[in-house]
Amino acid sequence: MNGFGAFRLLREALRGQTGWEPQWRSPERPQPTYDVVIIGGGGHGLATAYYLAKQHRVGRIAVLEKGWIGGGNTGRNTTIIRSNYLFPESAALYDHAVQLWEGLSQELNYNVMFSPRGVLMLAHNVHDEQSFRRHVHANRLAGVDNEWLDAEGCRAFCPPLDIHQQRYPVVGGALQRRGGVARHDAVAWGYARAAAALGVDIVQNCEVIGITRGADGAVTALSTSKGEIRTGKIGVVAAGSTSLVMAMAGVRMPLESFPLQALVSEPVKPVFPCVVMSNTVHAYISQSDKGELVIGAGTDQYPSYSQAGGVQILSHTLEAICELFPMFRRMRMLRSWGGIVDTTSDRSPIIGLTPVPGLFVNCGWGTGGFKATPGSGHVFAATIARGEPHPIAAPFSLDRFATGRLIDEAAAAAVAH
Amino acid sequence: MLLIHCPWCGDRAELEFRHCGEAHLVRPADPAALDDTQWAAYLAFRDNPRGWARERWRHVHGCGRFFNALRHTLTDRFAATYKPGEAWPEPPI
Repeated sequence: MNGFGAFRLLREALRGQTGWEPQWRSPERPQPTYDVVIIGGGGHGLATAYYLAKQHRVGRIAVLEKGWIGGGNTGRNTTIIRSNYLFPESAALYDHAVQLWEGLSQELNYNVMFSPRGVLMLAHNVHDEQSFRRHVHANRLAGVDNEWLDAEGCRAFCPPLDIHQQRYPVVGGALQRRGGVARHDAVAWGYARAAAALGVDIVQNCEVIGITRGADGAVTALSTSKGEIRTGKIGVVAAGSTSLVMAMAGVRMPLESFPLQALVSEPVKPVFPCVVMSNTVHAYISQSDKGELVIGAGTDQYPSYSQAGGVQILSHTLEAICELFPMFRRMRMLRSWGGIVDTTSDRSPIIGLTPVPGLFVNCGWGTGGFKATPGSGHVFAATIARGEPHPIAAPFSLDRFATGRLIDEAAAAAVAH
Repeated sequence: MLLIHCPWCGDRAELEFRHCGEAHLVRPADPAALDDTQWAAYLAFRDNPRGWARERWRHVHGCGRFFNALRHTLTDRFAATYKPGEAWPEPPI
């Protein structure tokens, strides 16, 4: 077993760190048959596999990943965690995730560096203030912590913030103290390690190229770049590529995939104590434990799978950051990147059953899926195992687009994408 | 930033344009005759292709007119832009 106890650390220090082994099994080829196959080895897919193995007796489980685990949006986001969503359905889902985040390092026996340092959402005008106060009230009724701070309160909580600048004066903010950040790679690695220890096969560099359905319409097999796999249950957790995977089973999805960009600065000493988001001027920023400022920009206006976005999107966000935090004006940016996010028309995810028996889908997390990783995996695992939606996942069904029971978080997201 | 060819105004910067979703979606002539699933298919369900996509754009900060485009969603390269009502061009090989 690959523990990280003090004795092991000391021994490896004396042996030149030569005794470490891979933290999870990653078989070169998949087995010919599995009971459940998860398509997509990001945080959500690995979490799904982990909870399936841990809490549900479903037999043999595989996670198929086209590239390497955590190499998609899990490794490309700004790692912000919060649950102050407006509608009760969303608050229940995201707060379920926050509750799991709080014990995740112990659960996985792997340090995911969850840091509940507080998420402050700034209000710059009367409309913002009214909207955020409504959020605060709605969250409190739903049992989710969220509080209103006046401008001085915001500055006290986040001293680098310039509340008196001319362009975007700060009138107050909504603060969720339980919100924060976590180490995104460690989340993927921690779930992979814990799932592999429970017998899950994590197959990397294995692209799904076809889904076979039987005479009754139910899924029977998968073809992959590493051979055929027979299975009766498939969970698609493919983020931006979900439309493409679902098309293999003949299912059209209410999704469009957009590039979403983020960037980090050169690392500096600790200067930024919390997470700050501003919906109106579109900026969000935090500082990683490594010292880099992690800054999230917006989506491009057109769907694309390019994993790159327009420079004007980045400069728009950086201009706003420099107005709000004048001390960062001479900071140099180190690198930027894009991830492909699958968005629904109501900006809420889709978790649940599909018209195809045996085919389940967990997608549509859009620009804010990282925060939900443990909750998403937990409810999706229960949905796959039982063949019916978990109560928290039930409102997020695919058929809500036909019934009209949309969960319209579009205007309620922290930033308007 | 993309350089986009408006069929009326010529090449302009992407900032002047607004992306308006998948092209050639025809609003059902009699919406009341549709069931909920068919109506949802019209409203929300999209091709979302990785490859050549037919899409609608509007030159909002220019002539204000809509037009259609054929764009590759992996390279973001435009193969053609064309006026509404015109037949769509075939994607380049």
